[in-house]
Amino acid sequence: MSAITMEVPALANHLAADSHKMAMPRSAPESAAKVDTVAVGSIEPPLLAGAEPVACNAAAVAAAAEARVEKLNALIRAILPPVIGFALLIGIWYLATLKASGLPGPIQTWKAAMVLFADPFYSNGPNDQGIGWNVLSSLKRVAIGFGFAALVGIPLGFMLGRFKFMNDMVNPLISLLRPVSPLAWLPIGLLVFQKADPAATWTIFICSIWPMIINTAVGVQRVPQDYLNVARVLALSEWKIVTKILFPAVLPYMLTGIRLSIGTAWLVIVAAEMLTGGVGIGFWVWDEWNNLKVEHIIIAIFVIGIVGLLLEQFLIMIAKRFSYENT
Amino acid sequence: MKKFVLVENVGQTFDTKKGKFVALRDIDLSIAKGEFIALIGHSGCGKSTLLNLIAGLTTPSSGLLICDGREIAGPGPERAVVFQNHSLLPWLTCYENIHLAVERVFAAKESKAQLKERTLEALELVGLTHAEHKYPNEISGGMKQRVGIARALSMQPKVMLLDEPFGALDALTRAKLQDELMKICDKTKATTVMVTHDVDEAVLLADRIVMMTNGPAATIGEILTIDLPRPRKRLELAHDPRYIDCRAAVLEFLYDKQADHKQAA
Repeated sequence: MSAITMEVPALANHLAADSHKMAMPRSAPESAAKVDTVAVGSIEPPLLAGAEPVACNAAAVAAAAEARVEKLNALIRAILPPVIGFALLIGIWYLATLKASGLPGPIQTWKAAMVLFADPFYSNGPNDQGIGWNVLSSLKRVAIGFGFAALVGIPLGFMLGRFKFMNDMVNPLISLLRPVSPLAWLPIGLLVFQKADPAATWTIFICSIWPMIINTAVGVQRVPQDYLNVARVLALSEWKIVTKILFPAVLPYMLTGIRLSIGTAWLVIVAAEMLTGGVGIGFWVWDEWNNLKVEHIIIAIFVIGIVGLLLEQFLIMIAKRFSYENT
Repeated sequence: MKKFVLVENVGQTFDTKKGKFVALRDIDLSIAKGEFIALIGHSGCGKSTLLNLIAGLTTPSSGLLICDGREIAGPGPERAVVFQNHSLLPWLTCYENIHLAVERVFAAKESKAQLKERTLEALELVGLTHAEHKYPNEISGGMKQRVGIARALSMQPKVMLLDEPFGALDALTRAKLQDELMKICDKTKATTVMVTHDVDEAVLLADRIVMMTNGPAATIGEILTIDLPRPRKRLELAHDPRYIDCRAAVLEFLYDKQADHKQAA
């Protein structure tokens, strides 16, 4: 239990120091006393100055420090809630694994991670490779599957959006096939391709294609009639209409579709690789389960989460670059 | 008077869920070259419908439209439209928006330098040389509308069609753009048809005001010739008895002869 008692006062101190920096209404002697006990006096001159008269240039220093404190406060307000969230998660994890023998705790996992990330790119044959290689080969599968899906899905989406007949023809099929779990397509892939690797890629293809078709089609249908009227009055060629009007207008929708696709693809690849084997983060999770290295599975969960987050953020960044305001 | 644009016995019917809706009937109108026509009427009277017909954006259910001796079969750059909400492409700069139009009309015959010159000329005509590299969302509503006008003018159209171009602007900006439009029309001698619901705007700008009856099945009620000399000055006209008479005639048509159905009922 010693660790808990250590954790709680530490957190309390942390909070006390923070509320202190936020300049909550608090009497001067009390805040001075707090600074003394917490012993961070060196970074808090203005507040100390309020408690006892110091040097004559204190006012100037205080003004400069005030601005710095204000910035610091904003930063703290931004990062404090997530930090508490993570601390809570790790705390609960710690408590939960205190008695149960099977699940490794945070410290044990941290140690295992240190070993694992010391050499992420080793390779001892196909069944024993570093976590870096596993992540990269999963990403490669996602990239290939997703790339094919984009190649087919985006033009198809354009056609569905442009031609009502096509839309009426294909829409019921999409409605029927979209809710199917991509993993149900895996055996079909195995049968057709006779190999595990293309079957996994095929699964990614199937799950990535729907959001891209649907979002592109919706984007094309929502191109403002005004822009199309401009195209008609100028009598632009079909090529100019596509490059100067349709494509830029649809791009934000398309990027949303791509973001959804990549998110789903990254979800599905883990499951697909568990079933197909080979090299990849999903397979690695399953392999470590067979080896009963549960701390590695937890590390893999974090790695999968972080990679997914980075993919998402990257695509949001691109989307921001291409968003236009219509006013 | 040479008939440059001819609208002959035109009617427009739309299919709606409730059945056929007759928007326009028996429209006969001829417009001379270089003439400025204002279409005025209560909202829903089909003045924009008539403009779209001349633009070729819609085809009439009956009748015939002719521009410069040829039947109007579809939209084209010879009949440039300035849309009510400017309709600039937000991903292109002011320069690029106009260049798109210039390129379409003149690229076959002229060099790149000439195209550039035309684009810059059009920007200069509306006084927006400084906004060349700005995107539409970076400039004011009045400026956007001026770019829209520059785009239409840059194509050197046979007819310029304006669909309530200043409707969304504040009164001061509107007055300024009306003055600019007057100057441009005097300079370019463009044949112009403008839809408006502003009586002062119509009297100030137009050679003839075409007043439309209330819809459904709207048609031309009266045509008023505005015999005021050009160039016209807003302030001088305010006290001119001829101006006041014209204004009164249009107001009488709109609020007496064609008083809103709903208010009358």
